[in-house]
Amino acid sequence: MMNKQIAIEDVIATIPDGASIMVGGFGNPGTPFALIDELLKQGQRNLTLIKNDANEASIGISKLIENGQVDKLITSHIGLNKIVIDMMNKEMVNIEFYPQGILAEKIRNAGAGCYGFLTDVGLDTEITDKKSLINYQGKELKIESALYADFALIHAQYTDAYGNLVYGSSAMNFSPLMAMAANKVIVETSHLVPASELTPSHIHTPSAFVDSIVDLALSTHKNKSASI
Amino acid sequence: MDVNKIVKRAAQELKNGQVVNLGIGLPTKILDYISPEMDIFFQSENGILGAKKISENESVDPDLIDSGGAYINVRNGASFFDSSVSFAMIRRGKIDVTIMGAFEVDQEGSLANWKIPGYFSPGIGGAMELAQKTPNVIILCSHNDKKGNSKILKKCKLPLTAKKCISRIITDKAVIDVTDKGLVLKEIAEGLTLEALIEQTDATLIIPQNIGTF
Repeated sequence: MMNKQIAIEDVIATIPDGASIMVGGFGNPGTPFALIDELLKQGQRNLTLIKNDANEASIGISKLIENGQVDKLITSHIGLNKIVIDMMNKEMVNIEFYPQGILAEKIRNAGAGCYGFLTDVGLDTEITDKKSLINYQGKELKIESALYADFALIHAQYTDAYGNLVYGSSAMNFSPLMAMAANKVIVETSHLVPASELTPSHIHTPSAFVDSIVDLALSTHKNKSASI
Repeated sequence: MDVNKIVKRAAQELKNGQVVNLGIGLPTKILDYISPEMDIFFQSENGILGAKKISENESVDPDLIDSGGAYINVRNGASFFDSSVSFAMIRRGKIDVTIMGAFEVDQEGSLANWKIPGYFSPGIGGAMELAQKTPNVIILCSHNDKKGNSKILKKCKLPLTAKKCISRIITDKAVIDVTDKGLVLKEIAEGLTLEALIEQTDATLIIPQNIGTF
């Protein structure tokens, strides 16, 4: 069996400056806090982050943005983070907004090995450049490209040594999609369990998508959502 | 502004058997006025069908929040899913009713609630897909902004979330239906005169013979 387990310092050190990184989580649940904190410590710069939201001020990826490590955030909603809204208004960080389900679908589409899809969402709004519309089956539709990334940082509730993942309740959100769409998938887990403890029909992300596993029980980092 | 009045009135819109999505802020407070016996599935776009308010004696699952970040619980028959499934549900019209806030609405039923350029741009979130794809879109907002300007306009000025998407507008001063003919006043807040309401509303209101109060 391939050993996917690795020390947090070593796996985060594989991320270069300028990398594009998908980060799981919607608010706190699913946010890989330990992996983010290690990225903050190591200080990689000029990053492009892809996450549903910016977390709340001074929490999660907001720390990376506030620390000037992030050039661009591709996201859906940052309404709960006044610091990042302020940084966006001062042009200290570039924010690219998508409708939440379109962002999810762009990621899922990449995860399925495709190049894009057609949609009518937001056609009457300023997010649509009318020049980008095509006529397909008698309808004016917009082409949305698939969204790939170099890395995905994922938090899973349960992981076995093969890298099968199970997410906790609403912590699933973008994680299974990102785990499919990124070239290298790094998972932190609250519970690294023997494979016999996971039921095959209950696996959310199959092991083939996972490259590296960080066992939070061995890490000095404490997972925020698990410690509340 | 009497927030509870708006929320209480909005709660009356919900019926047994519905699948409902509530936006962040005011709409989420509707849960305070829904009886636990009611058979409603609240969808939260972060991947929950069957969300319910957490009661004081229930333990908190730190992985279980609503789309506004508050800890919640789930009802019998609930399910969890990823964000692509959540929005498949929304774009396929499986949500019966969505109730959300607004910066501006207009008499064509268009909605602006995601961007005030250069000042406050919280982002789109689920609003664009919910507004465009849900059969019944109800807007909950204060009738006027802090300076007294009407939020019910002839034409939205801010960037749109979706065009011609609203079915009903509930404010602290009125309940208004969006129809093909324009905005029809259904109910007026107790103690407010019709003249005062018209004076405080930028949009043209169609005033029928019978108007309720709330």
